[in-house]
Amino acid sequence: MSLSRSAPAILEVDGLHVIFGQGSDAVHAVRDVSFRVAEGAAFGLVGESGSGKTTVLRAIAGLVAPAAGRIAVAGQVQRAHREPAFARVCQMVFQDPYGSLHPRHTVDRVLSEPLAIHGFARRGEADRRIERALSEVGLGPGFRFRYPHQLSGGQRQRVSIARALILEPRILLLDEPTSALDVSVQAEILNLLARLRRERGLTYVLVSHNLAIVAHLCERLLVMNAGRVVEELTEGQLRAAAPAEPYTRQLLQASLGYDRQAAAQLTTFD
Amino acid sequence: MSSTPILTVEDLQVRFPGRVATVEAVRGVSFEVGREKLGIVGESGSGKSMTGRAILRLVPPPGRVTARRLEFEGTDLLAASEPAMRDIRGHRIAMVLQDPKFSLNPVMPVGDQVAEAWRVHSGASWRESRRRALEMLEAVRIRNPERVYGAYPHEVSGGMGQRVMIAMMLAAGPDLLIADEPTSALDVTVQMQVLAILDDLVTERGMGLVFISHDLNLVASFCDRVLIMYAGRIVETCRARDLAAARHPYTQGLLRSLPRIDRPVAELAVLDRDPAWRDGPTA
Amino acid sequence: MTATASTARLGPWRAWLLAETPASRAQARLGQAYVAWLGFRRNPLAMIGLGVLIALVLIALLAPVLTSRSPVAQDLGLRLKPPSAQFWFGTDELGRDIYTRILYGSRITLVIVGLVVIMVAPVGLLIGTAAGYLGGWVDTVLMRVTDVFLAFPRLILALAFVSALGPGIENAVIAIAFTAWPPYARVARAETLTIRRSDFIAAIRLQGAGPLRIVLGHVAPLCTSSLIVRVGQDMAGIILTAAGLGFLGLGAQPPAPEWGAMIASGRRFLLDQWWVATMPGISILVVSLGFNLLGDGLRDVLDPKVG
Repeated sequence: MSLSRSAPAILEVDGLHVIFGQGSDAVHAVRDVSFRVAEGAAFGLVGESGSGKTTVLRAIAGLVAPAAGRIAVAGQVQRAHREPAFARVCQMVFQDPYGSLHPRHTVDRVLSEPLAIHGFARRGEADRRIERALSEVGLGPGFRFRYPHQLSGGQRQRVSIARALILEPRILLLDEPTSALDVSVQAEILNLLARLRRERGLTYVLVSHNLAIVAHLCERLLVMNAGRVVEELTEGQLRAAAPAEPYTRQLLQASLGYDRQAAAQLTTFD
Repeated sequence: MSSTPILTVEDLQVRFPGRVATVEAVRGVSFEVGREKLGIVGESGSGKSMTGRAILRLVPPPGRVTARRLEFEGTDLLAASEPAMRDIRGHRIAMVLQDPKFSLNPVMPVGDQVAEAWRVHSGASWRESRRRALEMLEAVRIRNPERVYGAYPHEVSGGMGQRVMIAMMLAAGPDLLIADEPTSALDVTVQMQVLAILDDLVTERGMGLVFISHDLNLVASFCDRVLIMYAGRIVETCRARDLAAARHPYTQGLLRSLPRIDRPVAELAVLDRDPAWRDGPTA
Repeated sequence: MTATASTARLGPWRAWLLAETPASRAQARLGQAYVAWLGFRRNPLAMIGLGVLIALVLIALLAPVLTSRSPVAQDLGLRLKPPSAQFWFGTDELGRDIYTRILYGSRITLVIVGLVVIMVAPVGLLIGTAAGYLGGWVDTVLMRVTDVFLAFPRLILALAFVSALGPGIENAVIAIAFTAWPPYARVARAETLTIRRSDFIAAIRLQGAGPLRIVLGHVAPLCTSSLIVRVGQDMAGIILTAAGLGFLGLGAQPPAPEWGAMIASGRRFLLDQWWVATMPGISILVVSLGFNLLGDGLRDVLDPKVG
């Protein structure tokens, strides 16, 4: 994994281990994962369920405490609890549009609360930012006072993205942002994410089980299996069907669609 | 594609009368299923799941099902009595749903559930049913049938659970299987394995398969024929291998909006919904 | 699903409340309340319960208007008279008009229930959400304290408090409150444990919110519907406990027309002058039943996932 020296790494993960539970019930969800992400890059974490990819993302966000390892965001090594300033550097978009918005809060409340927490509460300032955030994600001002149950899945995901961007972070962590959406809505959200990244120079860390989506948005990706890193490769290598590891090749083959001969050759990697 | 269809559906409609408005989930769907793999593809709200349930008359109240013709191997499914339908369900037409957790009894070992399915169908003794259950677990490529036999549903993985569901369904040897998103909750490699089992079943037992899914690529690669549903109607019917040459703008739009590993694009084509599709001619 | 909506012509207020794109916070909130009200209105039993509550409040407020007599005026020459045109519910052993006493007694019932609920629900909510969200030793300590209070039967514990504090309505209210709060804390904690794992909590944590903001602004509002339902169902029990204390002479003191005390003093006349004890008894029954129905109706509207 070589990263050119000139591009500073905005995110560094070294030797990350995450363990859930204790004693005999302990689950070693993440084992010795390391990678670096340059500023402005889009980095993918790919794997099947149980691979630990979402846990890595949550560890970066500070939602889960690592058992060992070092995480540095924008040059600052992160300890057990995140500082308030962290929220202005790194934000997250969650997978389930139906669970990531508070059911009793209007869109206006969802967007104004982070502003209030960080001191942008002056009325005019907050209003301006909220309206701008909504229009950036393609929602008109008519959505401002709706409740989540009055929004479609795609609209909720747009609100989640607006919420993540309203504090103007530099890094966006994306946990399967489109897996719960219809195919046609997915295309809109992926285009939106690509556009926002271009316009704002954001850094993305995208978790997905879908290789096509990762290849579309990301330049580099990390393949994980059962908590460990299998390999790191570029989008080009993936598209050229040239992964080095058999696990990745198998994953790629399965992603292309059903094939009877290929299915017969599938093996379980433990 | 065989000559005589197993299932014939003509002008199927499913309506949910409500206080304010009637919701029309399925608006005039017609198709035939032979001893083949037929895929029904649609997004949420297209009516594909309701179509599958309507065939088995499992539409929840207050839904009403009407059709000009709903025939399964000579039996009129609309006119059949409830006891007759109970006989058909599970024995001649089986259904496999998305999440095995919701279809398996959580307090009974999975092996016993397979054995029970066999006993109900054949009336065999308990010991005979156990033996058959182990055979069926092997038929769905479970490597360690004895160990899996004693496991509870929450102890087995998703892929294993789906294979147990298929084993239960095998007991009765149905002629038609309706699978509603059977692999959507599974990892992609496990998906392939479960689909291979279904594929072999169709080939070996001459079973018909109705495969309902939102995954266009998967259905195109797995099934023989594909129906595309939109807003309760079928907008396109074609052979799976001809899908790339689809004619309806909705199908074309869906195909173009999917990201593909083999074909990078800078921006995905966004589907432009034409209101005329809702009431346009059906395929 | 494709819906063919009927175009009903809505009045201007209804149209404003049901607007698809509300233009302000107030409009959005009122709109949600209106929709909830429409759902509630469809349930006839719930409306009966609401009617009972409204009737109770009106009777309490308008007691002096509904009767010209005084609840404590005695007339020993008119004692134990049966219900008649002059005395609608008859008179008790001291010649007091029972109808008037019941009307004024509704005030006492309302005061007891109102005070208990106002004290108990917020306290239970705070303790439960704090225990559920903070976890660890805070959770353990708070829950063990809750367990201690829960271990006693409600009436016995209330008796103990009242005996220590002395009889009277205020002490009865405090005693009942002491026994009534634990279930609310339990309910709030159980809800909090589920809510805590949600993505929207993770999102607000990630935006730098502290535990106080999260518990008060995000967790507590989601617990309130279960608590409101619980209150509705509990009110009947509170009334009965108050009546029990009154019956034992530990609640309102004579000559206050508290319904439980009225039953107690009328008990010895039950066979021959049944109206003395039965009229307050029926009042308690009607009010308890009404609150039960109200609680069930609220549950159907606020917590629709149940049943």
